[in-house]
Amino acid sequence: MSTLSERVLGAPAGAYVDREVDIAFAHDGTGVLTQAALREMGVERLPHPERLRLVFDHIVPANTGTTATLQAELRGYAKGSGIALSDAGSGVCHQVMSEGVVRPGTVVVGADSHTCTLGAFGAFATGVGATDMAAIWASGATWFRVPETIAVHLSGRLSGAAEPKDVALACVARLGMEGATYRALEFAGEGAAGISMDGRLTLCNMAVETGAKTGLFYADAVTVRYLASYGLAASPQAPEDCRCERTLDIDLADVVPLVAVPHRVDTVREAEDLAGTHLDQVFVGTCTNGRYEDLARFARIVRGRKVAVRTLVVPASRAVLSRAIATGVLADIVDAGCMVATPGCGPCLGAHAGVLGEGEVCLSTANRNFKNRMGVGGEIYLSSVATAAASAIAGEIAVPEAV
Amino acid sequence: MMQGAGSAVCLGNDIDTDLIIAGRYLRTKDRSVWAEHVFEDLDPTLAGRIRGAVIVAGRNMGCGSSREQAVVALREAGVVGVVAPSFARIFFRNAVNVGLPVIEAAVSCTDGARVAFDLDSGWVEVDGERYPARPLSPKMVAILRAGGLVPYWRSHR
Repeated sequence: MSTLSERVLGAPAGAYVDREVDIAFAHDGTGVLTQAALREMGVERLPHPERLRLVFDHIVPANTGTTATLQAELRGYAKGSGIALSDAGSGVCHQVMSEGVVRPGTVVVGADSHTCTLGAFGAFATGVGATDMAAIWASGATWFRVPETIAVHLSGRLSGAAEPKDVALACVARLGMEGATYRALEFAGEGAAGISMDGRLTLCNMAVETGAKTGLFYADAVTVRYLASYGLAASPQAPEDCRCERTLDIDLADVVPLVAVPHRVDTVREAEDLAGTHLDQVFVGTCTNGRYEDLARFARIVRGRKVAVRTLVVPASRAVLSRAIATGVLADIVDAGCMVATPGCGPCLGAHAGVLGEGEVCLSTANRNFKNRMGVGGEIYLSSVATAAASAIAGEIAVPEAV
Repeated sequence: MMQGAGSAVCLGNDIDTDLIIAGRYLRTKDRSVWAEHVFEDLDPTLAGRIRGAVIVAGRNMGCGSSREQAVVALREAGVVGVVAPSFARIFFRNAVNVGLPVIEAAVSCTDGARVAFDLDSGWVEVDGERYPARPLSPKMVAILRAGGLVPYWRSHR
């Protein structure tokens, strides 16, 4: 009667374990500090380079000479130490790792807080800091405290214009920004089967917004089919009645389009209550909502129409971009008047390409609306892709129509 | 690393890592840049007055990004330790890894109060009033006592 975290980590909640990791990755932001820590530690050879990955996603392509130089140093380090590099343009690290890399039952660490995204595969995936990552690269292992679990029991099916992002926002609103600190969120229940892999990645992505160590879905037929499309064999994980700290029940049929208002992700209102709110920018993308299903949903709504506010669409990976080109989704987005930028994190963290000015308001499909995050004095509302699309067309926050 | 003292700087709940060090200052290896801009979006005067201070924050201290620059910024700015009733887990682990004492305790805070802590004995005092601090795991104690994960690694290999 174990939780999925307990099964993957092989010990009961509360125990401290030393575990080999299966995959350990960093990005252009954290990788620089990881490299510096390895140098200070005096580590010259990495024992398991095949488990490691560097993904350039935070500022791509480089915005300044300093950024370019830091990335060049890291590129050189990857080459010299045998670490596979997904260079600028490959996509957001979590998305790249979801495209046929992470498998059920594995232990995954990333030097980025949204590594919890990859728990969608039934892996134990969590974020660590740069120095922790250096020790992991140097040894192939790390310590964990096995988390207690909060079960999120999903029943029913999504209806109307609601999508997995709205479920994620509902979950964060109900738990609060520290409602799951040090814990794992385990998504299960008969409603889980109806959520696609892309949707599961969105839900697990926002687990950290409740303080959780990770979010997990049990691998099932959806997972197996998805991984098979990348040529990977996987087996389903049978859910057990777990010893969970508490259970959060969500009837998917009750979920409606939601929006998190500045500056807290757990301050959530129905999109309907915010209709008419002025916008200066709409941003669709990130490790939360830049996947193919997201772009396709956005395109369906804006096809044949024109956006009324500056709108930036950033595919989460090159594979997503490529597929959107092949299916015509990208043409619909461009013809509607949207800007399309290099696959990566885009303006989510306020470092480049879409930064907000003083007093500007953005509706974003990302996961964080902290004060000043996308630019000093800017305000960030967070929503689903459908709400972002309807709002881009309206030029103000608008409620999406049922699909 | 296990004991320290300083004057209190009181902060609120849910201080996120963007507020500690903004994304626009991350692209450098020069640690003094982070110390110079620490807490800039929260209160631009803080950077100049936290040397020798103990930060006493509210719940969920350090939530958000995994950026280690946040804890390095605090350490480089001269912060002696951080006390809070609860921490975001990556921030907490990062702090120990860079040798910045973090003390999980619920205390009442007044700016400028004298704060002392002893993680070996598990307490924190504010103006002489003693509160219990949640014990660190044995691994974290060993890392903090060594001064952080880098020196811990060097002494264990």
